[in-house]
Amino acid sequence: MTGAERIEASLREGAVARGLALAAFLTAGHPARDAFSAQLDAVAAEVDLVEVGVPFSDPMADGVTIQRASRSALEAGVTLRWILDVLAAHPRAAPLALMSYLNPLLAFGLPRLAEEAAAAGVSGFIVPDLPYEECGPLRDALDAAGLALVQLVTPQTPAARLALLCGASRGFVYAVTATGTTGGATTFSDGVLRYLDRVRAASHLPVLAGFGVRTAGQLREVRGHADGAVVGSALVEVLERHDDPAAFLRGLRAAALVGGGAA
Amino acid sequence: MVERAGVLTDRESPLAGVILGAPPDARGRFGPFGGRYVPETLVAALERLEAGARAALADPAFRAALETELHTWAGRPTPLTVAHRLGAAWGATVLLKREDLAHTGAHKINNAVGQALLARRLHARRVVAETGAGQHGVATAAACARLGLPCTVYMGAVDVERQAPNVERMARFGAEVLRVKSGDQTLRAAIDEALRDWVADPDGTYYLIGSVVGPHPYPWLVREFQSVIGREARAQVLADGGRLPDALVACVGGGSNAIGLFHAFLGDAEVELLGIEAGGSGPEPGRHAATLAHGTPGVLHGSHSLLLQDADGQVRETHSISAGLDYPGVGPEHALLHATGRARYATASDDEALDAAAECCELEGILPALESAHALAGARRWAAAHRGGTVLIGLSGRGDKDLATYAAADRERR
Ligand SMILES: Cc1ncc(COP(=O)(O)O)c(C=O)c1O
Repeated sequence: MTGAERIEASLREGAVARGLALAAFLTAGHPARDAFSAQLDAVAAEVDLVEVGVPFSDPMADGVTIQRASRSALEAGVTLRWILDVLAAHPRAAPLALMSYLNPLLAFGLPRLAEEAAAAGVSGFIVPDLPYEECGPLRDALDAAGLALVQLVTPQTPAARLALLCGASRGFVYAVTATGTTGGATTFSDGVLRYLDRVRAASHLPVLAGFGVRTAGQLREVRGHADGAVVGSALVEVLERHDDPAAFLRGLRAAALVGGGAA
Repeated sequence: MVERAGVLTDRESPLAGVILGAPPDARGRFGPFGGRYVPETLVAALERLEAGARAALADPAFRAALETELHTWAGRPTPLTVAHRLGAAWGATVLLKREDLAHTGAHKINNAVGQALLARRLHARRVVAETGAGQHGVATAAACARLGLPCTVYMGAVDVERQAPNVERMARFGAEVLRVKSGDQTLRAAIDEALRDWVADPDGTYYLIGSVVGPHPYPWLVREFQSVIGREARAQVLADGGRLPDALVACVGGGSNAIGLFHAFLGDAEVELLGIEAGGSGPEPGRHAATLAHGTPGVLHGSHSLLLQDADGQVRETHSISAGLDYPGVGPEHALLHATGRARYATASDDEALDAAAECCELEGILPALESAHALAGARRWAAAHRGGTVLIGLSGRGDKDLATYAAADRERR
């Protein structure tokens, strides 16, 4: 199985088993560099996909929580090289996608990146500042290694473009639910749910709703309108409070999903 | 010292001719630089902006409204001053394009008026802007006041301190000034915040960027509004002396006043184009903001250009005594002019800028902005190497905002 297929299969399995697949985001090395590997293990055991955030100095699509996480990880010396080394140490229970702004990837070098990420067990990439029109070089490099480049769509995306992006995506389609940066708390309006329905109709891949998903209530709302949801800032805040991330994710699942038990 | 002509005659450059093709191309590329690296949320907004801007610039009624604002409100055309005493001191003919005399005191007003008119035409509910030295913030606040548009300006906390008079001016024009405490608390962090604001409301908000940076169409759009500087200067110098200058010199932060001055002269192969970046307190990383001198290719704030970054692609902190030049990126068109050799770039240090500002005050009775003082310092060096030559300097702004910095530097250096 390629990385892209692995992501898709895991999300479909989660969606079938519990009515909604669950993905989690955490910034690598925050709040403590030494704790990252164990935290990743714990999170991966509870979800169908883990998005590992690569810190960047200018995270323009992120709200205050992930800005803070990014800055603290950089201060702790977290680099893409270090992240790949940690990931390569042992396999995790769920597929992994790296979420990174473009510039750290360019600095690493795209052909080498695809090769080394695949070797480290990474299945795909999400790049929030790389729209479809500019993604050719990265997509080609990742395709060659079987890795997914996930396309993001938003409530602003016009219909024709939505079809284009869904067709170009690999692994899943990332449906940004809130306009704005990551981390805002929202309940979903009917408009957002109808938008998710449109994305799902346009996509042959699983559709994950993300940006501003924090509560079990939101997960319940999204069910039936998306194949899964991504919890990001809320999980980062749990880690910052030194609460148990596995317990938090289990709690969310128990409250929101069918068969809240095993992952 | 300087090889003339660059792209226009250099067949060996792979980029030769790119400039003559009038970049950017349809994807917003200036050769390999530029583009549109933004969250998907902004793509549709940028496409609308591009279409709206193209229609506006092709519309005689819009152009006439812009002309009227520039002539009757913003004080254009600005004069071209012969700097007799500076010229005598330097052994050259020195001409100053006086953007300091434009309304609100800098070239920034040219772009602010143009984009504010565009924002109104596109039915924006509000305008957001970033500012470093505060000149773009003041210009935007003024233009928005005149057009009745609500305006929010993001400004790094460090810059709020060092450019306090401009904060006061923005407030008087009714703008909301938000202090940015994230990141490096200067211009770069202010752009990050302005982009976040825009991402939250891409349909109702107009992002009025202040330099030739950012995603396509901004580097093109801002150039179109700033190139009035060079068009006027070229006509003025030809009318006065009948001959083009040997060199143009302008300071480069993001690069808007420099592109604005250079653009009308790009086809004049005999005119040397010299951009001056902030050399700060030294060439070591973190002590300057000289992107073209020390940068490597990368993506920041929506555009592929040169960038001050570390080996992991993290953007470096910068230093300059001048808030307006204290930025780790540079406009993609400058990256192209640099790569092709059509323009040359050098640096001036904090100290050289302070000396040049003092000299301009004493000999010409003109108090330049700290940013513009870098251009003066670069021009003085050019003149030393080209005795008897004619140099035209972009005096991008006035220095009232910098009086506290000038006074503090005097005390320190005495
Ligand atoms: C007077 C003046 N000159 C120059 C600049 C630098 O900007 P740019 O390089 O876009 O002209 C600024 C920016 O704030 C400024 O206020």
